Amino acid sequence: MTPRARLVLFLVGVSGLVAFIVWGLAGVPAFGRYRGPYGYLVDALAIHQTHATGIVSAVNFYYRGFDTLGEEFILFVAAVGVATVLRTLRDETEGSPGADDERAAGRLATPTSETVRTSALAFTGPVLVVGWFLTTHAQTSPSGGFQGGVVMASAVALVYLAGHYVVFKRISPVDLTETVEALGAGGFALLGIGTLVVGAPFLADVLPLGAPAGAVDASGTIALISFFVGVEVVAAFVLILDEFLEQTIVVRSRR
Amino acid sequence: MTTLEVLVLVLVGAGAAVVVATRHPVRQVVLLSMYGAVLMVLFLVLQAPDVALSELSVGTVVLPLLLLLGLAKVGGSRT
Amino acid sequence: MSIFPYLVVVWVAACGLYGIVTSRHLVHQIISLIVLQSSTYVLFMAIGFRTAGVAPYFSDIPRDTLTVDPVVQALALTDVVVEAAVTALLLAFAVQAKKRFGSVDPQELRQLRD
Repeated sequence: MTPRARLVLFLVGVSGLVAFIVWGLAGVPAFGRYRGPYGYLVDALAIHQTHATGIVSAVNFYYRGFDTLGEEFILFVAAVGVATVLRTLRDETEGSPGADDERAAGRLATPTSETVRTSALAFTGPVLVVGWFLTTHAQTSPSGGFQGGVVMASAVALVYLAGHYVVFKRISPVDLTETVEALGAGGFALLGIGTLVVGAPFLADVLPLGAPAGAVDASGTIALISFFVGVEVVAAFVLILDEFLEQTIVVRSRR
Repeated sequence: MTTLEVLVLVLVGAGAAVVVATRHPVRQVVLLSMYGAVLMVLFLVLQAPDVALSELSVGTVVLPLLLLLGLAKVGGSRT
Repeated sequence: MSIFPYLVVVWVAACGLYGIVTSRHLVHQIISLIVLQSSTYVLFMAIGFRTAGVAPYFSDIPRDTLTVDPVVQALALTDVVVEAAVTALLLAFAVQAKKRFGSVDPQELRQLRD
């Protein structure tokens, strides 16, 4: 099918799709007139039931904790999938990354400027601390395991920018990253099963709730689940980054 | 609907069209990073700071980094 | 005028679809897929918005303030992070396609398969 015919067919199809979607969305309540009862119910009950002031995290890790477990497993499988798809094939060799690793790989990359190196070095520590703060404060303010994990992973990426690939490899060997990722995902699942063992529903909040709502040790399992999720997200993204960097810098074709 | 909301929604629509219309992959990655920033502003205006934080860290830092690494391996100078 | 956010959602989704269909480079296709996914985040936020509502965090506001819907925010939040990992998986496939078939043009790849 020629590209022109494909384009014409696409325009016909998408105009039909757009017509149907607009027809459907015209029946939704007007923008700004949210009617749904579930949101108001969660607002009224969440602080009393979970002692958490961050309602979005309470919904994520307690009221809909099972969905979050599923999404975390998607993340886990995607990271493992990247590691599997980008494994070294039979007709490839892994060169050793020396000090001139970027140039040895055949890429005409200019050497990293001193400004980039210094500012990346200066920012690595604060970004790591901010990511840790976000991971452990899910129940108080707009934070949570997912955001904190991504911020911490970008701190690890800053290490690669600030130095050589060898330094990045030394702080994130693949065995360690994969173990940490498994611990994060497994910890979340085991926490859910643990609540089953004591006789409560799956992922119910059985730990002591803590007195003032929104304190750092409040809301029982929510803070703990957020911590495990943060650990798993960091490990997954560092693993993905590591695989891609390895492909670009180290792996070379034998042909 | 306030002017701010209308303005940011128009920017989002324009940003999406611009990102798709660019054919050179490396330029498209930079434009994607800016589109992520505009989306973050939309989420802030719609009172969702959590989602804005996620979109900022993922769409502005992690996704363009991974895409550029992939492009370095694949070669992005042609269409 | 209050249907305008939903029109923007449909426009962004149509842009993403157009990019996927008429693409000549696998990475361009992946980026168009990202644009398509972002239209669903905008749809979530538009559905949950309430005029004069604030963000659903009660650490510094009185307990009975009117807020926007927290449930759709929870959905969109995990969505954003997980789709980044799935995009990385797609990118890994693109890298392997280049190594195996020598081309990243989706229309050329289709012919190579036969």
